[in-house]
Amino acid sequence: MQRVADYMPQSMQPIISISNLSKTYASGFRALKGINLDIRRGEIFALLGPNGAGKTTLIGIVCGILKASQGSVTVDGHEIVKDYRAARSLIGLVPQELTTDAFETVWATVTFSRGLFGKPRNPAHIEKVLKELSLWDKKDNRLMTLSGGMKRRVLIAKALSHEPQILFLDEPTAGVDVELRKDMWQVVRDLRSSGVTIILTTHYIEEAEDMADRVGVISKGEIILVENKAELMRKLGKKQLILHLQKKLDALPASLAAHNLSLAAGGSELVFTYDTKAERTGVTAMLSALSSADIGFRDLATTQSSLEDIFVGLVSERS
Amino acid sequence: MNLRAAGAIYTFEMARTGRTIWQSIVSPALSTSLYFVVFGAAIGSRITEIEGVAYGAFIVPGLIMLTLLTQSTMNASFGIYFPRFTGTIYEILSAPVSAFEIALGYVGAAATKSIVLGLIILATSFLFVPLQIAHPFWMLVFLVLTSVTFSLLGFIIGIWADGFEKLQIIPLLIITPLTFLGGTFYSINVLPPVWQTITLFNPVVYLVSGFRWSFFEISDVSPAISIGMTLLFLSLCLAAVWWIFKTGYKLKN
Repeated sequence: MQRVADYMPQSMQPIISISNLSKTYASGFRALKGINLDIRRGEIFALLGPNGAGKTTLIGIVCGILKASQGSVTVDGHEIVKDYRAARSLIGLVPQELTTDAFETVWATVTFSRGLFGKPRNPAHIEKVLKELSLWDKKDNRLMTLSGGMKRRVLIAKALSHEPQILFLDEPTAGVDVELRKDMWQVVRDLRSSGVTIILTTHYIEEAEDMADRVGVISKGEIILVENKAELMRKLGKKQLILHLQKKLDALPASLAAHNLSLAAGGSELVFTYDTKAERTGVTAMLSALSSADIGFRDLATTQSSLEDIFVGLVSERS
Repeated sequence: MNLRAAGAIYTFEMARTGRTIWQSIVSPALSTSLYFVVFGAAIGSRITEIEGVAYGAFIVPGLIMLTLLTQSTMNASFGIYFPRFTGTIYEILSAPVSAFEIALGYVGAAATKSIVLGLIILATSFLFVPLQIAHPFWMLVFLVLTSVTFSLLGFIIGIWADGFEKLQIIPLLIITPLTFLGGTFYSINVLPPVWQTITLFNPVVYLVSGFRWSFFEISDVSPAISIGMTLLFLSLCLAAVWWIFKTGYKLKN
């Protein structure tokens, strides 16, 4: 059977294609339930989800660490089980856990990774990676002498040692301080501009908001949303103006019905919801309507929904 | 074939030996030397020759086998168990390597270590007892085959074990007794007939006997049977390793 994808130019085809993927652990726990997901070539894809949603299981299957119970995954057209060599050699994986060999040096462990992925020795590349990750002056240190943040960067260096086309970052910034996090994201941006596809999971939602091209939300083993981040933010990116009233209102006066207002906090707050991107936000009209209705306010505040609000909203809707 | 991966694992494991040289090379060599001092020089001088071979020399092949068997199993099982224990196995599982290449790296390194160790003990024994090697080629064949076979066995144990106790249990509770009872320190001909028969179910008998034959041309069972049994055991271990990777047993959920 010919698929639509067969007619597309290669650059348009998804670099990872996951179809109907399920995973049931021996304990009977269903970690993934029929996942369908395409990752586009060259994008940064953020996979969000609460703990235990199946993020790590999904990554584990694509990378070959876990076996799928059902379904299939192709990586750049290579089926991950049948054609595992071709598929896996394209992928670099940075795991969530800080698992390193205590007694190895930074240089040895990164060189080992490159060899393991079948690439010829290339000290110049290793040097470049270590320098980018500010690890160069630690290259002869044993891993056990490094801090958590440095170990994290060593894991990234290992994943980049073999020049992957796809990079999986499973919670890459957990336990990394702000300064280092910035450096790390610079590395990720540079990788992306060199054409590497990046899939990351994070629970720092501002990072997804900041970095990702597309966002996927997984909950209880199901993908419940995949959307361009900008689109998602626009669609759900409402802004609210909250007016703290001088006097409580029992009901909204009829003269204000035309405005998108609602009462909150037992009548002591008025909430005006509007779209910042619209030509006319209606703020002025609403305020003059308020003053004609002789409703005064003590204070005001605005809030804008973040990806986090959207995410929390989506996940709680489901549960 | 991704030989670079096998090479990377091999180099990694050999570097580990380098770091633990006291534990993995010096200590076994020293403890074997102690056997020579006690059984070869001190007590051995009071024991009569066995089939024309001085007792001190007679035990050399057995002692080398004893070390080879325990060290191969220990080394190979630690080699693969450790990444499982620390979690670094994720990288090997996610790499474009076949089961064969992984086994080649780990088992190759463990076997190399054992062969080096065997040769060191052999060299040491020349210092303590008069020794001759009738068939150096077959001596090396037994040395290499035994090291590889028991490294494979160790590799299997390292995958099967889910704790440090299980890791030690087979070398300590099965391999060591079988080696001591397998004719390391005596010819099984000195045993009562019933025990001779029972002993023939001990695979170590064939290894020790074949190895001893390559030194002194004396053996409990024919060298051809020894080689055959060694190869059979090797094939069983290979089959088990193949099955482990085929099913992902204890490696992949």
